[in-house]
Amino acid sequence: MPLQKNAPPVASKITVRDLNFYYGKFHALKGINPDIPENKVTAFIGPSGCGKSTLLRTFNRMFELYPEQRAEGQIVLDGENLLTSKQDVALIRAKVGMVFQKPTPFPMSIYDNIAFGVKLFESLNATDMDDRVEWALRKAALWNEVKDKLGQSGSGLSGGQQQRLCIARGIAIKPEVLLLDEPCSALDPISTAKVEELIAELKNDYTVVIVTHNMQQAARCSDYTAYMYLGDLVEFGETEQMFFKPQRKETEDYITGRFG
Amino acid sequence: MNMSTTSQQLISAAELQKVRQSRYNSRKRLNQIALTLSLIAMVFGVFWLVWILWETVRLGLGGMSVALFTQMTPPPNEIGGISNAIFGSFVMVMLATFVGTPIGIMAGVYLAEYDTHGWLASATRFVNDILLSAPSIVIGLFVYTVVVAQFKSFSAYAGILALALIVIPVVIRTTENMLTLVPSSLREAAYALGTPKWKVIIMVTLRAARAGVITGVLLAVARIAGETAPLLFTALNNQFWNADLSKPMASLPVTIFKFAMSPYENWQHLAWAGVFLITVAVLGLNILARVLTRQK
Repeated sequence: MPLQKNAPPVASKITVRDLNFYYGKFHALKGINPDIPENKVTAFIGPSGCGKSTLLRTFNRMFELYPEQRAEGQIVLDGENLLTSKQDVALIRAKVGMVFQKPTPFPMSIYDNIAFGVKLFESLNATDMDDRVEWALRKAALWNEVKDKLGQSGSGLSGGQQQRLCIARGIAIKPEVLLLDEPCSALDPISTAKVEELIAELKNDYTVVIVTHNMQQAARCSDYTAYMYLGDLVEFGETEQMFFKPQRKETEDYITGRFG
Repeated sequence: MNMSTTSQQLISAAELQKVRQSRYNSRKRLNQIALTLSLIAMVFGVFWLVWILWETVRLGLGGMSVALFTQMTPPPNEIGGISNAIFGSFVMVMLATFVGTPIGIMAGVYLAEYDTHGWLASATRFVNDILLSAPSIVIGLFVYTVVVAQFKSFSAYAGILALALIVIPVVIRTTENMLTLVPSSLREAAYALGTPKWKVIIMVTLRAARAGVITGVLLAVARIAGETAPLLFTALNNQFWNADLSKPMASLPVTIFKFAMSPYENWQHLAWAGVFLITVAVLGLNILARVLTRQK
């Protein structure tokens, strides 16, 4: 089938080739080949259990925390296969940041939440660190709300603020890729709108990959969309085309809600 | 046809109401019986607790005086205090906690963060559970054989060792439990920043579990503060002021044991004062532990 399935016509940041993923014996990703375009927002949609979060967790090798999970194939970032890289996994994760579904502020102050990750890789003096914390919080559109209470605990913030704090923490270490795993599913509509605005801003500097259950969200804030089903990449293309003129019947059924 | 079904329904509805009412009445009676029994059980338990506390306060409060804290244990029928026992208890409990806490926390971290399912962890947990429920007199006798008998001398060091052996399993257990309660999403978030494992544990996981871990330590302190058996065979007792850890050292529980069994009235008074002090200290530690967990 002459289908533009895995290679959008722009420079790609991450190239995935023949990626297979296993949870023990369960085959969760079945040889998929998406290319993630650089400085764009790529959204992965699909029903629960289709493997989109799994895919995201291979990009920073988060799955390695669980011994029964394994990935085979290639995930090439900057010419190097992440899966077989001799590089310390911490350095890969510094390059590929991640924000999770539920806000996870660390049990420390707002300031320290941001400074924590920075300190792992850089030794900044106090002024530079202050600047970095402010920069990250401004970038995450949170500065004005927290600038007077940087010393307070991060868990005292509202859910939406906590999630923006986590995004600020992620970008403070200046990654190249930012993975967002359903970043708005625990947020109210106003906070969601703020995070989505933020995502649109972020693509100027970062390659953003977002997994979402919310089709409108994918349509609103992504440049490219991939539809996954049962561990296969069904269709991958420009968001506009995916939503208005999908080439595959399955994609159309899912997007229009006629699925199953 | 329609009419008859309706009337039938009406009748059955009225009957249903009756049945429900009688069911309700019997349920209510049963409820009252169960409630009364629970209340009696509660009163029975609280009665003894309050009585113990009351006796402790009544007999102990009378013995409160400056001399209690400033003078040493006296010979029979002379005036004195229990300052050497207070000091000895304080020193031995504190040092045992200092020795036992880091070991317990590190072992707990190993079980919760490193080897959660391996055979070594299972074996450690099993042995730890045994140690946790081992009678303290067994530990006292063990230290007696290994240390006291070898060096042919009772010493505060031996007492500290025995108390530390009681602290360690308690701290291991609470640390592991508290760390396991920390959601894995928090760990993943820390790893996602490229944090090395040891730093995730120290900076994030242990911090998140801090209140629980401290509570475990406080409860362990409260436990060893009242232990008599492990000290009887190790630190023994000392009638005089002693700050030398290689010599026998007095402690509140052993002093209480000795004085309360004696026929001398002034010793018995001092024993009650000591009981009062220990009770207040343990109560304070427990309250502190509760406050700490609530703030979390």
